[in-house]
Amino acid sequence: MSVNVKIPAPLRQLTGGVAAVACEPGTVKELIAQVDVAHPGFAERVTEDGLLRRFVNVFVAGDDVRFADGIETAVADGQEVTILPAVAGG
Amino acid sequence: MSTETSSWQPAAAGLRCKECQRQQPLEAIFVCDYCFGPMEVEYDAERIKATVTRERIAAGPQSLWRYRDFLPCAPANPHAGLPTGMSPLIAAPRLAERLGLREVWVKNEAANPTHSFKDRVVSVALEAAKQLGFKVIACASTGNLANSVAAHAAAAGLDSYVFIPADLEIQKIVATGIYGTRLVAIDGNYDDVNRLCTELAGERPWAFVNVNMRPYYSEGSKTLAYEAVEQLGWRLPDACVVPIASGSLYTKINRGFGELIDAGLVAGVKPAMFGAQAAGCGPVATAWEEGADFVSPVKPHTIAKSLAIGNPADGIFALEVAKATGGTITAVSEQEIVDGIQLLAETTGVFTETAGGVTTATLVRLAKAGLLPKDGTTVLYITGEGLKTLDAVSHLVETHPIAPTVAAFEAQVEGVRLVA
Repeated sequence: MSVNVKIPAPLRQLTGGVAAVACEPGTVKELIAQVDVAHPGFAERVTEDGLLRRFVNVFVAGDDVRFADGIETAVADGQEVTILPAVAGG
Repeated sequence: MSTETSSWQPAAAGLRCKECQRQQPLEAIFVCDYCFGPMEVEYDAERIKATVTRERIAAGPQSLWRYRDFLPCAPANPHAGLPTGMSPLIAAPRLAERLGLREVWVKNEAANPTHSFKDRVVSVALEAAKQLGFKVIACASTGNLANSVAAHAAAAGLDSYVFIPADLEIQKIVATGIYGTRLVAIDGNYDDVNRLCTELAGERPWAFVNVNMRPYYSEGSKTLAYEAVEQLGWRLPDACVVPIASGSLYTKINRGFGELIDAGLVAGVKPAMFGAQAAGCGPVATAWEEGADFVSPVKPHTIAKSLAIGNPADGIFALEVAKATGGTITAVSEQEIVDGIQLLAETTGVFTETAGGVTTATLVRLAKAGLLPKDGTTVLYITGEGLKTLDAVSHLVETHPIAPTVAAFEAQVEGVRLVA
């Protein structure tokens, strides 16, 4: 088992088109760091000054991490992490 | 007219990120690929100024396409599709008098083809989608947008997918499905539906009007500023009250006023922009009250479902607009929403949905607090139709069935508000 981090379409040029990266369990911050090791430049695009950029939404098992512990939210083995841009309206 | 129409080119120059200012071409790009910030259409302002005149606008069709010089795209035939816009601007002297104001106007968006302002944004998004080569139109919605996408896609002969929360009210499901759209009911709330559509937009070659078509879609809202000014006899209002869900409508109306001034069509300063939210989903109003420059998401609990966006993408820009124009952002209670619907109906003859109740209740609050110009002109943006949210006010109306005799009527007539 591991944690599956889904890469949003606008950032897949960083991952050579890969749509998901398998990571070890940890906090969202640690997972982003793991993706950044495999695909350098990733962390800079989704975080700023150690926090999630304000138009970046991260969901752990479908729940927005802003309702949990933000970038420090723990991700357990087998959970899925989805990174999406903030859009709304309708 | 036909020669002129075929040679018309939009003044749109490209897309620019509202956050980090990076530029992109006019394609189906909805977020900055660097910082995820929202992309916005940029125009050649000098070209607009050199082209557009009041007469040119007046000679255009009785629809939002009369303002095409300010839009990213327009159909070659301006009469194609469902005619949207040029909704009535209604003088509301009885409402104004009740609130101690000189001049209040109601911009009644229920007069659009599917009875809400969403027909404006969908018109522009659909035209952009066609020009970008999309064959399928889609959206995530709780009602008004669903109705509009299904209807406009039907009129254009395009396939459509509409994603809704499975527990949506029956009238909204029927008023969408009747147009022959593929209606997809999701086991979840609106935020879940929206998240799914954002994921799907990256995987499917479809035009999601409020996701990958968003930069074009949101431009349609600017026409609400142009129309108000033209209908006031080319005069800027002093204040506007506008509902806030994602914050897009509110910020785009403000942008529209600025563009009219920049183009030299009207002189003066932009109106004070007052934003309206329901307290049950008021993240932007909360940020405003706290003086924050960010918006913390909330889980919505309000009867104003068309405003129930807990994580408003344009919230931070709405805060900037309120500050820059001398406006405020207010959150009203559920009871005030119902009272607002009733007040508007009883004083203007306009029956609005819960979102309009939020806007009217905010107008009341602002008037009581002395925040509106007493001798100025205020425009109240009523964005949707009361028949879509009957449940919110059905308890206010009593029926008293009687026998079909004069005697029965005479016995009941005192104190009866409605005889059925």
